Amino acid sequence: MRKNGVKMIKIKAKDVDVFYGKKQALFNISLDIEENQVTALIGPSGCGKSTFLRCLNRMNDVIDICSVKGEILINDFNINDKSCDVVRLREKIGMVFQKPNPFPKTLYENVSYGPTIHGMAQSKQEMDEIVETSLKKAALWEEVKDRLHEPGTGLSGGQQQRLCIARAISVRPEVILMDEPCSALDPIATAQIEELIDELKKEHTIIIVTHSMAQAARVSQNTGFFHLGQLIEHGSTDKIFKNPDNKKTQDYITGRFG
Amino acid sequence: MNLILFTFIVLLGFTSYYFGRKKAYTIQSTKKRLTALPQFYGYYLAIWCAIPAFIIFSLWAIFEPTIVKLLILSDYSNQGYLDDELNLLYEKSKALSRGQFTGEITPLIEASAEKYLSLRSIAQSSKVVIVLSAIIASVAYAYKRISSNSRTREPVEKFLNAVLFTASLAAILTTVGIVFSLIFQTIDFFKVIPLFDFVFGTHWYPAKAFVRDSSEALDPTMYSDTFGAVPIFAGTFFIAFIAMCVAIPIGLMSGIYLAEYASTKVRQYAKPLIEILAGIPTVVYGFFAALTVGPFLKELGTSMGLEVSAESALAAGGVMGIMIIPFISSLSDDVITSVPQSLRDGSYAMGATKSETIKRVIFPAALPGIVGSILLGVSRAIGETMIVVMASGLAANLTLNPLESTSTITAQIVVILIGDQAFGDPKTQAAFALGMSLFLVTLCLNIVALRVVKKYREKYE
Repeated sequence: MRKNGVKMIKIKAKDVDVFYGKKQALFNISLDIEENQVTALIGPSGCGKSTFLRCLNRMNDVIDICSVKGEILINDFNINDKSCDVVRLREKIGMVFQKPNPFPKTLYENVSYGPTIHGMAQSKQEMDEIVETSLKKAALWEEVKDRLHEPGTGLSGGQQQRLCIARAISVRPEVILMDEPCSALDPIATAQIEELIDELKKEHTIIIVTHSMAQAARVSQNTGFFHLGQLIEHGSTDKIFKNPDNKKTQDYITGRFG
Repeated sequence: MNLILFTFIVLLGFTSYYFGRKKAYTIQSTKKRLTALPQFYGYYLAIWCAIPAFIIFSLWAIFEPTIVKLLILSDYSNQGYLDDELNLLYEKSKALSRGQFTGEITPLIEASAEKYLSLRSIAQSSKVVIVLSAIIASVAYAYKRISSNSRTREPVEKFLNAVLFTASLAAILTTVGIVFSLIFQTIDFFKVIPLFDFVFGTHWYPAKAFVRDSSEALDPTMYSDTFGAVPIFAGTFFIAFIAMCVAIPIGLMSGIYLAEYASTKVRQYAKPLIEILAGIPTVVYGFFAALTVGPFLKELGTSMGLEVSAESALAAGGVMGIMIIPFISSLSDDVITSVPQSLRDGSYAMGATKSETIKRVIFPAALPGIVGSILLGVSRAIGETMIVVMASGLAANLTLNPLESTSTITAQIVVILIGDQAFGDPKTQAAFALGMSLFLVTLCLNIVALRVVKKYREKYE
C-alpha cells in the first residue's frame, strides 16, 4: 500500500546471517517487506527461503543449534534484540505451515487457541465472535458452521489449511508468514487459498514462500529470489518475472535450473 | 543317542539344501530359465528332509512307550494279575532299568526290567533306521522331481507360513490351557465354598484350612468365614492406589521433562538411568521396602506420635510406585516425543509458551499413549508380589489406614502355595480362584484401556 505514493515498509531485514551449528545457511540478507502487500520468496529447495521466513517470527529459536545474527526491524523494532518478547512478537506475526497442522482439538478450539492464550476475549460471546469472524475471513465458515465442535483433523486437506489460516488470523496479526501453504493441496484447494491470500492482504502483510513460480506470479506484488543462502534479487513481481537483472534469476524463472 | 541322530538329521538337511541348489545351478548352466532362485530349490529339498523326520519323531514319541508297555505286560496278562499290579510292575521295572529303583528287587521285576531294556534298544535302533531311510527316500524322490519348471517357491513359502502359524498357535494354545486349568480348579473351589462367601466375605483366614486332617471328610461348614476375599481385594487396590499416587505424578513429570525440556545431552544420560530402575529385580525393591522404608516410616510416625506398623501398606505401595516410575516415564516420554513437531511449531507460532503448548496441545495429543502407559503401570501394581510379601505383611486386614499392614491377592497366593499342598484341597484351589480373579481384573483393565484409547483416537484422528 502506498500512502501519498510512498511505499510503507513493514519489515526491514538488515545483514541477516543464519547458522545451523557451524554451517551458514543465510548470508547477509537485506530485504524490505512492504506493508499490505504479498511478498513471495522463491528459489530452489534448500536455498534458505524458509529459514529466512522463520527468522521473522523467531521460530528458529525452537531449533537448538540455530543462531541468527543481524537486525530484523518490524515497525522499527529489532526483534532480535534481547528485550523482544517472543510471545508478543508471535501474536503480531502469524504463521501458516507447509503441511496443514490443525491441533487434535475441535474446530472451535483450534481457532480460539490463540485468543485464549493471549487473553483476547472476556466472555464466551466475544470468543464466539472472534471464532466466527476468523472462520469467515478464512472462507471456511459456511462449510463448517454446523460442526464447530467436531475435531479439526476430520476436514479435508484444503479445509484444514484454511482452518490453520483462520487460527493464524484469529489474533489479528499484522503479518502472516506462509511457508509453502499450498504444496500439500490439490489445484482447487490451492485456488481457494490464493483467492484468500488476495483478500487477506487488505488487512495483513503477507510473506509467502512458494515452489510454484506461477503461484508467485499470481498472488504476489513483490518477489525475492534466493539461491544457496543468498538473496540474489528482489523487486516487484512484474520486474522479476519479466525483466530480471540477474542471469541466475532469469535461468530459474525460465526453468533452466532449480 | 537322540542328540547324535538329531545332529545327523540337521546335517542331512544342510546337505540336501546344498544338493538342491547345486542341481538348480546345473539346470541353469544348460541355459534353461528356472522358475525360482536356486536357493529355493535348496530349501525345497531341506523341507523334504525335515518333514518326514519330524513326523516319525513325533509318532515315535507318542507311541513308543505304549507299545513297549504292551509288549512287556503281554507276558503276564494271562497269569491273573490285576491291572494295577501290572502297572506297578511296569513302573518298577522301568525304574530299575534306569538304576533309580530303591525297593526290594524280585526276579519278576528283574526279568521285566531286562526285557524293557532290550525292547528299548530295539526301538532305538529301528527308529534310527526308519528315520534315516525315510529321509533319504523322500529327499531322493524330491531331488529327482525338481526340474527347470517345477514349482519350488510356493511350497517353500507355504512351509514358512505353516511354521510361523504353528509358533503363534503354540502361544495361543498355552494361554488357553492356562485359562482352562484356572477355570476348572476355580469351579471345583466354588463347589465347596459358596461364591457369595468368597466375593462378599470379609474374613480371609486360609490358615484355618491348614489344620484339616486329610483323612477326614470334607466339611464345607468348617470353611465359613475362611475364604472371604473382600479384605485382600481391598488391600490389592489400596496398595495399587498408593503406588499409582507415587508413580503417576513423578513418572509423568519426568517423562515430560525428558521429552520437552531436557537437552539432548541430559536426555542421553537421564533416560537410560531411569530405565535402570526398571531392571532392578522386584525382590530387591522388596527388601528395600521391608528393611529401609518400613522402619524409617515407623520411626518417623513414632516421632510424630502416630502408630505405624513396621509392615505398612504405605511402605509397600510407595516402593512399588518407585518401581513403576520408569514404565510411566519412559513410555510417556516416547509418546510425547512422537507427537509431530508440526503441532509444536503450530502452537509456538501462535505465541504459546512451552508450558502452554505442553498443556493444551502436546498432552492431549499424547493422551492415548499416556493412558496406556498408566494402565500398564496399574497392571504391574496389581500383579506385583514380592514387595507386598516382604513389606506389607501377610495378614489380610480390612483397612483403609495406609499405616497398617494389609495383604494382596498375589501375596495370599504365595502364602497358600508355600509349604505342603495337595491338589483337590480347598486351600490349594483357593489359589486358583484368586489367580482367576486376578486374571479377570487385569483383563477388564486392559479392555477398558483399549476402549478408552480407541474412543479417544476416533475422536481426534
